[in-house]
Amino acid sequence: MKHNLVISCNKTNLSKIRSFLSEILEGQAIAELEAHKMILAVDEICANLIIHSNYCNPTKKIEILVNFETPTKVVFIIKDTGISFDFDQYKEPDMTDIISSKRKGGVGLILVKRIMDKIEFSTDKNYNICRLTRNIRK
Amino acid sequence: MVNISIDKEDDIQLINVLGEIDASSSIKLDDALKTTSAEGLAIVMNLEGLSYISSAGLGVFISYLDELKTKNIKFVLFGLQPAVTEVFDILGLNQIMNIVITKKDALRIANEA
Repeated sequence: MKHNLVISCNKTNLSKIRSFLSEILEGQAIAELEAHKMILAVDEICANLIIHSNYCNPTKKIEILVNFETPTKVVFIIKDTGISFDFDQYKEPDMTDIISSKRKGGVGLILVKRIMDKIEFSTDKNYNICRLTRNIRK
Repeated sequence: MVNISIDKEDDIQLINVLGEIDASSSIKLDDALKTTSAEGLAIVMNLEGLSYISSAGLGVFISYLDELKTKNIKFVLFGLQPAVTEVFDILGLNQIMNIVITKKDALRIANEA
């Protein structure tokens, strides 16, 4: 079963993404805490794309697709046309360094990495594609 | 969407958070911590009404930890809902921040010499 949502690159649309995901996951009878973690991970990716890849330009769009490949495996696909992210170059920052630097960012991808079972970034024609896979825990 | 209010109770500043903190609303948390950290009094945060927090909100908390420690300002959170607790746990923030269940415990820690 596939579901999709297209939103413009505005930070206030993050709540719409969460509502969209919440409804789908609830419909699949996924436990609340399990669903919450998946929603958080997708929110983190979308926030990064809106802010860093598309500079909050409301004329740019992000598409979110949810696909239950099996009853216990869900894939979230997030597509945009902004600046692509080189995940291979990403190095997880040390929490001690983040604290001492007093910077407000840097932990979003850590959450995504710890929540999702598989994270893939790719490009196809003009699209950047982020694919997040989670094996559903009951 | 989040609503944040600040109350002063004796020598403590109590920050009440109601709603969701994400990349669009974390600025309000930042404003509240900026205001309260400048006062120099212990800060207690009531998170009973916080239903969601993303890294943008966690990042705000993290960005104040060093400053509050340097200024010797007590900083205690209480009333976290299970989903919010889990996010703090995933990052290990439960190991480096004062997080308790009840307001009573939070006030006790904040009032410790």
